[in-house]
Amino acid sequence: MLKFILRRTLIMIPQLILLSLVIFMLAKAMPGDAVTGAFMGNPDATPEQIEKIREKFGLNDPWYVQYGRWLGKAVKGDLGQSYTHQQPVTTLIAGRVENTVLLSLFTGIVIYLIAIPLGIIAGRWTDSWADKLIVTYNYVAFATPLFVFALLMLFVFAFVLGWFPYGGSVDIRIESGTWDYVVSRAKHLFLPVMSGAIIATVGTIQYLRNDIIDQKNKEYVKTARAKGVPEGRVYTRHILRNSLLPIAAFLGYEITGLISGSVFIETIFSYQGLGQLFIQSINLRDFTVVTALVLISGTAVVIGTMLSDIILSIVDPRIRIE
Amino acid sequence: MKDTVTINEKELIAREKLNNPSFARTIWREIIHDKMAIISLILLIIILGTAYLSPLFIDQVALKRVNFLNVWKPPSAANWLGTDDGGRDVFGQLMIGARNSFTIGIAVTVIAGVIGLSYGLISGFYGGHVDNVMMRFLEFMMVLPTTMFIIVMVTIIPNYNVVSFILIMSVFLWLGKARLIRSRALQERELDYINASKTLGTPSWKIMLFEMFPNLSSLVIVNMTLTLAGNIGIETGLTFLGYGLPAGTPSLGTLVAFARNPDIVQNKWWSWLPAALLILVMMLCINFVGQAIKRASDARQRLA
Repeated sequence: MLKFILRRTLIMIPQLILLSLVIFMLAKAMPGDAVTGAFMGNPDATPEQIEKIREKFGLNDPWYVQYGRWLGKAVKGDLGQSYTHQQPVTTLIAGRVENTVLLSLFTGIVIYLIAIPLGIIAGRWTDSWADKLIVTYNYVAFATPLFVFALLMLFVFAFVLGWFPYGGSVDIRIESGTWDYVVSRAKHLFLPVMSGAIIATVGTIQYLRNDIIDQKNKEYVKTARAKGVPEGRVYTRHILRNSLLPIAAFLGYEITGLISGSVFIETIFSYQGLGQLFIQSINLRDFTVVTALVLISGTAVVIGTMLSDIILSIVDPRIRIE
Repeated sequence: MKDTVTINEKELIAREKLNNPSFARTIWREIIHDKMAIISLILLIIILGTAYLSPLFIDQVALKRVNFLNVWKPPSAANWLGTDDGGRDVFGQLMIGARNSFTIGIAVTVIAGVIGLSYGLISGFYGGHVDNVMMRFLEFMMVLPTTMFIIVMVTIIPNYNVVSFILIMSVFLWLGKARLIRSRALQERELDYINASKTLGTPSWKIMLFEMFPNLSSLVIVNMTLTLAGNIGIETGLTFLGYGLPAGTPSLGTLVAFARNPDIVQNKWWSWLPAALLILVMMLCINFVGQAIKRASDARQRLA
């Protein structure tokens, strides 16, 4: 067990190094560097001056020296300076991170709130009308692109019915810390969270349904029934204990989806998070911010996948053999 | 006497065909036994037929012409789905857009399919160290935040056009396929016919292409139909954000992109809502047909 965890953690290291290398090369390929930023709007700069600055910023060093310096700074939390916002990227991101974390957290919770009961119902009463309904929902949600669904939610619930605000993360002029503030935040979160969660439940429902169907006729379940355990308890005590545990591990894999989803969701609901910041920065060609965001998201996915693998291996020893 | 023999032979062939139908026949049988699949297929044929034949009826030059006297007109007899911010007919754009989005979806699916298939076949066929190295690389690619990477690449690539967009998308969308094919190829390489071919000295590429591939083809067809819908979704999604098709190329995503403005979402729904619904309907149809094909490839799940 310990050996697996250790090995799985070690795999993460080359993954992170490769990730940083790819992102560094991407950053190099982006037009503009520290010098273009420093000289923006200064037509008087002579080539000699520019050359001096280039030397000062170390832009004439070989790529691996530059990469090492960049990585060293990134590890210490220095992700550079945003030109459009005129402040350190870390400060800029810190101001947005809370909103995105809140959005992902609630989306994750709602995914399980929807998926677990539906998966259990579909798995326990296979081929009932409820199962057929759930399977149809699963088909439809699988086929629906997130951005189309989010737009339809926005149109119906924010514009046609007017039940929810159509953008932002909180009403302006509400003092933070008050009850009204909490209510306002919840109202702003509702549509983005529901849009993301309703589409993202698919995998979990399907997994749970298939797993319960698999377990239903296993020997240990038959033994329990033969001993006279009531059917309801067979499910709660025996089957669910086996089927539900792996579900916990899926959140790590969901992170990839949540990150790419946040780009769409936050843009559609003009929700002030990292996804929206990413699109804004791309539009403004503020590539220091873009690089930092890609690096953070990539790292989050690598760590999330590792955690999932480890949790799964604890729950399901068969995986460790691989 | 001779006659009866020939009749029997014909009958035998017919019975053999009935008992062991080709994959195409099995798919067809599965589709006509599934109400959703057959409705989806008909609907899809109607939508795509109209979209692909529309250039015969729609003057594409007129469609691109800006007419400021005709801006944001609601649906009418002249413009079935109204007009957009440049006074251009939305219905015409919807048809051309559907055609472009579907064509790009197909192109990406085929390119990503070929890459994934070759990668998976090579990795699975050789196994061992080759497989190990190739799988580590694949795992690394799979943890990249794909959407962000595509958007960044789209912005930094010089001379960006439709072809480069298709290639950028394909680079990130072959991963799942490669893993699927590889796991099946690993099983396949242990079988006798592969070993026999190896012993006979058949070159590896011939074994992969002419012996292994045909046995995996149903898997490939199923996977490609199911990813086709997803790829159309990704293309329209990226175009919606402004990082898909270059400006001037109509796509369903370009029309939905009008919805990035709250005023248009609410008051000029005819510009974006039909495109959003058309994407939804197309994807549902492709998926229902895809599910039927998936069942056809797995004898245990067949309805027919």
